[in-house]
Amino acid sequence: MILSNIETIPGRTVVKHLGLVNGSTVRAKHAGRDIMASLKNIFGGELKGYTELLQESREEAISRMVEQAESIGANAVVNVRFSTSSIAAGAAELFAYGTAVVLE
Amino acid sequence: MPIDLIVFLVLLASGYIFGQAAEKRHYKSIFEREKALHGILCSSERHLPEMGNVEGTLVSGSVVISIDYFKRFVAGLRNLFGGRISAYESLLDRARREAILRMKAEAGAYGASSVWNIRLETSSIYKNTQGSIGSVEVLAYGTAIKFR
Repeated sequence: MILSNIETIPGRTVVKHLGLVNGSTVRAKHAGRDIMASLKNIFGGELKGYTELLQESREEAISRMVEQAESIGANAVVNVRFSTSSIAAGAAELFAYGTAVVLE
Repeated sequence: MPIDLIVFLVLLASGYIFGQAAEKRHYKSIFEREKALHGILCSSERHLPEMGNVEGTLVSGSVVISIDYFKRFVAGLRNLFGGRISAYESLLDRARREAILRMKAEAGAYGASSVWNIRLETSSIYKNTQGSIGSVEVLAYGTAIKFR
């Protein structure tokens, strides 16, 4: 499965469009990370726990999108976009979407 | 009352000392890595020029950075008078450059010579009780291109 966020896959030809695919996940941070985060809010600096959490969640969203693309017979997803929204205090939704295509 | 004041002053002082040190350290590492990854061309252009035999993949980099207590206090004061809040400006600058650097590092590991259609997304993910911004997340993503 090849992903790209431009209209085509570089060096390949798209032969068929299969429509929109998406994947999303909602994650909450756990209390330990929250305590570390409030400490960092005093001293400043990177919140490594949060960076990892969001990175993992984004990978999860991508893998769900890829699964959906595979199930309809695509072998690439173009025009991938990400979006993040906080839906409740302490929880965030990560969303990935793109167009499933078949390459020759 | 004096105890509250002491706690506040300690928080302010530690925020100032550690926050400044962390920022200085971070900028130093950003400059070094920007120099090291200088060879990878970055563009926000969507349409690729004709490049011949290439292949590409999606690369991304993200970071969550928090502001320190002192700067948040200064920003709060600034809110009364209006004007530039340089405390937040440097926070966002560091976050964006760090995210782009991580994306470039991923592209470098893939063997890419350039990254196209770079998109940056910023969201504030941690708000304290007063509703002021505690930390920001920046995500940078694009399509890395390498010659086959």
